[in-house]
Amino acid sequence: MHYRFDFAALEEYWPDFLSGALTTLQMTAVATVLGLVIGILCAIGRRSPRAWLSGLCGAYVEAVRNTPYLIQIFFIFFGLSSIGVRLPVLAAAILTLVINVGAYTGEIVRAGMDTIPAGQVEAAESLGLSRAQIYWDIILRPALERVYPALTSQFVLMMLASSITSQISAEELTAVANNITSITFRSFETYIVVAFLYLALAVLLKLAFWGLAQALFPRRRRLGTPL
Amino acid sequence: MGSFTLNHVLYLLQGAAWTVVLTALAFLLGGVAGFGVMVLRTSRSRIVRRASLLWVQAIQGTPLLILLFVVYFGLGVVGIELPPLLAAAVSLMVYSSAFLGEIWRGCVEAVPRTQTEAAECLALSRWQVLFDVVLPQAARIAVPPTVGFFVQVLKNTSLASVVGFVELTRASQVINNSLFQPFLVFGLAGCLYFALCYPLSRWSRRLERKLNVGRRQPA
Repeated sequence: MHYRFDFAALEEYWPDFLSGALTTLQMTAVATVLGLVIGILCAIGRRSPRAWLSGLCGAYVEAVRNTPYLIQIFFIFFGLSSIGVRLPVLAAAILTLVINVGAYTGEIVRAGMDTIPAGQVEAAESLGLSRAQIYWDIILRPALERVYPALTSQFVLMMLASSITSQISAEELTAVANNITSITFRSFETYIVVAFLYLALAVLLKLAFWGLAQALFPRRRRLGTPL
Repeated sequence: MGSFTLNHVLYLLQGAAWTVVLTALAFLLGGVAGFGVMVLRTSRSRIVRRASLLWVQAIQGTPLLILLFVVYFGLGVVGIELPPLLAAAVSLMVYSSAFLGEIWRGCVEAVPRTQTEAAECLALSRWQVLFDVVLPQAARIAVPPTVGFFVQVLKNTSLASVVGFVELTRASQVINNSLFQPFLVFGLAGCLYFALCYPLSRWSRRLERKLNVGRRQPA
């Protein structure tokens, strides 16, 4: 083995790495917000007494959770273009991310909702709270607070999974890395650098979620304990 | 453009068989490595614990795809050329070692401390404590999450298609490239993955329910 590492060769590509990382972050941010919305709606749907609605949401969750993300990307991206819907690559990538993470989030949020004792809901009903108030104040907010750690690690995993969108050439960090290796032939160094960049993004994301928890859940901040 | 025939279905099934082979190989290797990580993570030495935690955090913070590229393209440049199957298996092994190590560490730590202490009082060695006292009890709670992670590994073998290993995803890509019927081809591939994963997911959930029978909330 006479291989000489040459990280200096990558120096001029720093702007590319950074813009790729930025795209990854942007995709993650959009997909996190939209995925959370879909997930909450899906969790509410699965608890619905209407069989068709809970069945539909259940089928969505199971279909997404039991197939690989790569197949989902191909199905949606190439499928849509075969019927004439040509989305910009980035939009398609975000769409697949949202569909994917929505199912996982839905399952997590549902688990959180299931931990709310029925007695609390009954108490709220006898106090005359409206259905919307009950869902928001009694069920959803405490449920989200309980499953917050699971949710955030799911979103970090999604950020890492967004690397797979490079397969439909969304210009995020992994695709940038692929481009750079095809110019420099320094694949070992490039992918190691990118691995560290993803690591940094993951740490950054965890910190951001921690800060968000401090802002969102005052009880946790005051008492230092979760619900 | 041709039409979809029985031969295409057979080709997909053949790909699915390779997916199963790769999953088994990766899970076997990953299980061994994960066991090692678990032992290190529950070590008595703080340095060992810290070092193995660093390993786990690093792997869990890196996409599997990048790991695969480092193993396949990276090692190729250095002069270690692995065939796609082996490269995929090795990167999945590294990936699984971190996740399985953490899952199993949690299970080992869930066994009451007094069990270990009692075993130590009986002058059992560290390995006897682990194998004869802790592991048999930890194994029971370890099964459901392990089966769940097995599904994860199965799904992640689809990434091996990126380095050209012809498993189910790659097979469906090849067919789609000639027919361009993505909904049909990828839909079928998705159904095959689903057929492999869903029974396992159900099994994992059932095991979990069985385990929680004492703490189950009245529905």
